[in-house]
Amino acid sequence: MPTQRITDRFDKVRAENRAALVTYIMAGDPDLETSYQALCALRDNGADIIELGAPFTDPMADGPAIQRAGQRSLKAGTKLKDVLALAERFREDDKETPLILMGYANPVHLMGYDAFADAASQAGIDGTILVDLPPEEDHELRQAYEKYGISVIRLATPTTTDKRIAKVAEGASGFLYYVAVAGVTGAGSADPEDIREGVERARKVSGLPVCVGFGVRTGEQAAAMARISDGVVVGSAFVDHVRLALEADDTGSIAGRMGKLAEELSDALKGVA
Amino acid sequence: MNKLNTWDQWPDEKGRFGEFGGRYVAETLMPLVLELEDEYRAAKKDPAFAAEMDDLWKHYVGRPSPLYHAERMSAHFGGPKIYFKRDELNHTGAHKINNCLGQVLLAMRMGKKRIIAETGAGQHGVATATVCARFGLKCVVFMGATDVERQKPNVFRMRMLGAEIVPVSSGTGTLKDAMNEALRDWVTNVHDTFYVIGTAAGPHPYPELVRDFQSVIGQEAKRQIMEREGRLPDAVMACIGGGSNAIGLFHPFIEDEGVRLVGVEASGHGIETGEHAAALNGGVPGILHGNRTYLLQTDDGQIIDAHSISAGLDYPGIGPEHAFLRDTGRAEYLTCTDKEALEGFQLCTRLEGIIPALEPAHAIARLGDVCESMDKEDILIMNLCGRGDKDIFSVAEHLGMEI
Repeated sequence: MPTQRITDRFDKVRAENRAALVTYIMAGDPDLETSYQALCALRDNGADIIELGAPFTDPMADGPAIQRAGQRSLKAGTKLKDVLALAERFREDDKETPLILMGYANPVHLMGYDAFADAASQAGIDGTILVDLPPEEDHELRQAYEKYGISVIRLATPTTTDKRIAKVAEGASGFLYYVAVAGVTGAGSADPEDIREGVERARKVSGLPVCVGFGVRTGEQAAAMARISDGVVVGSAFVDHVRLALEADDTGSIAGRMGKLAEELSDALKGVA
Repeated sequence: MNKLNTWDQWPDEKGRFGEFGGRYVAETLMPLVLELEDEYRAAKKDPAFAAEMDDLWKHYVGRPSPLYHAERMSAHFGGPKIYFKRDELNHTGAHKINNCLGQVLLAMRMGKKRIIAETGAGQHGVATATVCARFGLKCVVFMGATDVERQKPNVFRMRMLGAEIVPVSSGTGTLKDAMNEALRDWVTNVHDTFYVIGTAAGPHPYPELVRDFQSVIGQEAKRQIMEREGRLPDAVMACIGGGSNAIGLFHPFIEDEGVRLVGVEASGHGIETGEHAAALNGGVPGILHGNRTYLLQTDDGQIIDAHSISAGLDYPGIGPEHAFLRDTGRAEYLTCTDKEALEGFQLCTRLEGIIPALEPAHAIARLGDVCESMDKEDILIMNLCGRGDKDIFSVAEHLGMEI
């Protein structure tokens, strides 16, 4: 069962007495071959879980870095089935690293939840984060995922009230993604102390590992967030390397740049309980 | 009499009109969207809220707007009696202010001090900036960079009214990108900010509350036609972008089964060219900007940019209640091209001495087809939802004239 990969991964990380490193890249940015190389580089340099972004024309929860990454990917012609094919290719040699598809509801909705669940399962996707599908609207998707064991990864935020967290936790699996700042991806960073209570509450109510993301870019920030969570998500900082490589007219360096950042972040998380 | 009200039960408790609508927003916004719904229910029951709206509608907006018998237009088509609901005579020149007033009063009830809005042609932006000036609230308007360029007079009006204009260059720099950016701002400033959505779309409860605020159009029209003719009309008609003026006219007639509801979408260069804004006639259901509705999209679920000569109809989606009315067959939705709208614009100007906005010019252009199937004794009401002052530059350009 795909979800088992997520559980196994958190068990492993916990046994090593550290928080998980969750990394994000946009599939097909700037092309699918580079994305494949990047996935391997991330895995080889300490990424415990990988979020694979699926591009969307109207990413209303994303800041400029991931917006542009999505536009580059769409310009290169990336379709949802290409994102799944990329996951499948990675899965051929890697049976352990959880892959989470992250994006927006519409492309998945158009494919049809059942058809998507089937295709995602075959591609070795373990869970999805669809930003604009809150608990109130993901019932049909969860039903479709059930027989494949794919996780619906839910988001909790600083605006999620005590009362609401139970709603967020109900039906969630894999882990919870705690959005550290009210804002878009790549925005300003949060003080771990401000969200400590919210993260703790999310963990207690859901019984799931809680990973913190939004505004985490450096090893130092990651280590600070790791102290209050079970995992740390870094996205825009990875995506920025595509832009930097493109500006330097050196796309061949993308996987290497991302691997280096993953290594730095992974080192920073070692020994932080 | 306990008549089971089959149309008025929508939206249901999930914010749905049949399969359409809902609350497809990021978790950060969910608590606020739920709070807005509670606040709106409370406001609806509060006589003071209704009294304040009525007072502002009467003395600030200039309601009720007249119901005008367009005699020469009626004679021109030789069919039914055509009435225009004159919402172009409202303060700021369109129906948009009906809704802005309601939402800003709600924002103040919720203690929000900062108002944001998206705008395409600038009509909703001007109306929002106007109401914010009236109440001394900070106003930020998101507008596509392309639209900022082509709608300079409205940009200037908004600035004079004290609003900050944020040009949006992401995407294609038009209305849908402005809406994306407004949503991003809202997520970031969720604690002190209220998002005034301009059309009957977005996450629940927006489609419902925009409809309710705009329903003043249909309620007045119904009362006025009863006074004038002593009976209901046979058809009511309006143009559709997101659909707020149309739903405002339709809704009070929805239970009156003998009244045809006719919407007119903008088909731009023609649906077959792919360059249009007719989500109901040329789209498929999908999820965007907080609701499930008909959308212009590719076979991979990417949103396609709309095209229309009218910036106010230039949107790839449609309010969810219209999607529902279409699928249930209660309302019918026609289309009108850019070229036909220009003809409608000129026809109305010459025959009635009323310069309409390009948006209602789309409905005017389809009057002939609708009239053809009606008798001389029949009555048709069309919503003239905006005036054309804002459009004179682009109309001149399209007609090859110089100002």
